[in-house]
Amino acid sequence: MTETVLEIDRVSKSFGDNKANDAISMTLGRGEIVALLGENGAGKTTLMSILFGHYVPDEGRIRIAGADLPPGKPRAAIHAGIGMVHQHFSLAPNLTVLENVMTGTETLWSWRSEAGRARAKLKSLAERFGLAVDPDARLGDLSVGEQQRVEILKALYNDARILILDEPTAVLTNLEAETLFATLKQMARQGLSLIFISHKLDEVMAAADRVVVLRGGKVVAERRAAATSKAELAELMVGHRVARPVREAHARGEAVLEAAAVSVRIDGVDRLKEVSFRLHAGEVLGIIGVSGNGQAALAGLLSGTLARSAGDILLYGAAIGDLSVAGTVAAGIGRIPEDRTREGAIGEMAVWENAVLERIDEPRFSRHGLVDRKAAVAFADAIVRDFDVRGGGPLTRTRLLSGGNMQKLILGRNLAERPRILIAAQPARGLDEGAVAAVHARILDARKAGTAVLLISEDLDEVIGLADRIQAIVGGRLSPPVSADEVDARALGLMMAGAWQKEAA
Amino acid sequence: MSTFVDIVASVGLWAAVLRIATPLIFGTLGALLCERAGVLNLGIEGIMTFGAMVGWLAVYHGADLWTGLLVAALAGAVFGLLHAALTVTLGLSQHVSGLGVTLFASSFSYYLFRLIVPLAGSPPTIVPFAPVSVPGLAGLPFVGPVLSAQTPPTYLAVLLALLLAYVVFRTPLGLAIRMTGENPHAAEAQGVNPMAVRYGAVIAGSALMAVGGAFLTLSAFNSFFPTMVQGRGWICIALVVFASWRPGRALFGALLFAFFDAFQLRLQTAVDGVPYQVFLMTPYILSILALCVMARRARVPQALMQPYRRGER
Repeated sequence: MTETVLEIDRVSKSFGDNKANDAISMTLGRGEIVALLGENGAGKTTLMSILFGHYVPDEGRIRIAGADLPPGKPRAAIHAGIGMVHQHFSLAPNLTVLENVMTGTETLWSWRSEAGRARAKLKSLAERFGLAVDPDARLGDLSVGEQQRVEILKALYNDARILILDEPTAVLTNLEAETLFATLKQMARQGLSLIFISHKLDEVMAAADRVVVLRGGKVVAERRAAATSKAELAELMVGHRVARPVREAHARGEAVLEAAAVSVRIDGVDRLKEVSFRLHAGEVLGIIGVSGNGQAALAGLLSGTLARSAGDILLYGAAIGDLSVAGTVAAGIGRIPEDRTREGAIGEMAVWENAVLERIDEPRFSRHGLVDRKAAVAFADAIVRDFDVRGGGPLTRTRLLSGGNMQKLILGRNLAERPRILIAAQPARGLDEGAVAAVHARILDARKAGTAVLLISEDLDEVIGLADRIQAIVGGRLSPPVSADEVDARALGLMMAGAWQKEAA
Repeated sequence: MSTFVDIVASVGLWAAVLRIATPLIFGTLGALLCERAGVLNLGIEGIMTFGAMVGWLAVYHGADLWTGLLVAALAGAVFGLLHAALTVTLGLSQHVSGLGVTLFASSFSYYLFRLIVPLAGSPPTIVPFAPVSVPGLAGLPFVGPVLSAQTPPTYLAVLLALLLAYVVFRTPLGLAIRMTGENPHAAEAQGVNPMAVRYGAVIAGSALMAVGGAFLTLSAFNSFFPTMVQGRGWICIALVVFASWRPGRALFGALLFAFFDAFQLRLQTAVDGVPYQVFLMTPYILSILALCVMARRARVPQALMQPYRRGER
């Protein structure tokens, strides 16, 4: 192996009784990409926070190019050439790219800013690493993928030699993720060393040279990416064999929700163009497509937040005009929104409040205009128990739940009432393997019980695993449905590229 | 119609515009500086009142006029420190703290004034700033006489607006201030101390507000009375939004409001048959309209009114 740039030597860190890191050792070579793989709570983020000086380890030491890194000093970490790209960006949308990168890089008490020199340095970095971005663009006008490039450039601008990326693909579309990985490889070829934290097996296999698997705060395995498999990594990560649940054949019921040539126009742009589908009781209809092709408009339309501009919606066989949010609740349509923290749950409110919010005016939860707190808490408690929501009870602030547990809460809130229809947008996005399996199992249970599920997803495995029939969404149009038993990943890929449109034309 | 033209073409109107705008320029720049760092400072009305009082008091007790302005600035800085301690260190609601500072500073001004200056039939006076003519400018047609009617603080206000525009947009410190107002977590992650930046901005901004108040007693007028700020502080808060948090536009906004005000004053005497209160209202109505047009496109500092707590997202 080439020279070692980073050495983590038996680092331990406890929070109370919880041993978040237990004598972790790992190394990173020059020009190497190491994936730190583990489920949520395995200790990945704690380890990286120690590395970056946010936490002081209880034991152990960190060496950069052979020299000890003083613990608990972010400045020292930056100085030693460590750059961190957080999952939640640390950027100011109203400032330009250049301003975001430059902040804090010069002495404050100067009458002049070296903006010209900074722009030149930024441009040369962007060129060298293939991170094209306009230095004078307002950050808020950039896409999420471009904003991430700015975060990376920020680290590179501070002369980072070791780059740590915390779940870098969590906020990206598949296409943006592929671009990112190409960039990371290019950076590694130029001698940078990278650690990326992930719980997604696909990307670990695609991007990493070496994989370090964490479980319960310990390093349980280390593999060369070329010499392992997704199945082995999944087992190492979870500690036992995980199999995603399998869909069993069963007869579907009658059509409960139909769209006939429905269009949705937002700000003068047609986001949905004459889409048609027929959703039956007891089936999962998968809508596959690269994100940004009209999924948000489709979910909004069926959740009652967007209105049609043309076409008809039939609910239980009757034309209903537009759905409203209250109407969807009354009609027994459950909704799992794409962005769980923004649309799915209110972080500052308690779990029980989020559980009953859309049913708060039902007599069982309110008496004489007052909330029946006991009944509401009991309802939430049942969801927490039945859907295995961990990390808190009904009285916990929802913000404190992990992503997977928040998703289970949202799923439970919808499925506890046996909805006739479930609109699920990216229900497993950003969840770890165990949570994905749990969410999928619940969706299949609902299907078995006769719920009609519309699954909007960009994950091929997810759609193939769950859906009975599949339609692709491309540029706001829906392909004709195909049976999931008759297509393979390649055929779906062609559908997602819009091949059916050419056939029709 | 010719009355309108006569008014607009008069040297007196434009001289008044600059005079009326001066305290607004100081106040707006002060409020703008605080808000750029993410702190709303509704203490402005009280701080201006206190500045007017303490500046006048210093001069009344023998200090020269510039020392009076300096004393006002220092007093403003102390109130800024109070507001910063409440909102930055303790993270209290910026609205509530600001209104508290205004109520406290206003009442305290009058209390102190009465304590030191006994009640008299006619209020005691000082000799205020005299107009100065700048060599070279004074000779210009029309502009010359307008400028020659101005006192030194007015020149100072205009220069300050230009200076602040430069600092905010062209220096590393300005970038640090803006970043703190947009995303203090990002500022911190890049080695800027957002707490220190906010303290500095609020203290300096409050000092400017107090100087704006002191202009009223040391230049525009020669004595102090408790109600003399008359809502100018609130106008400044609106002007910051009108200016989209840009010092150059703040200067323009203050001049525009002052123009409305000076114009209506002259209309009161020039137009018969309309109650003068109608004219009194017009600058405010026009301000609301101007605000409607300008503020819709404004980019509010994203972290305005959000307390910063280390390590919390």
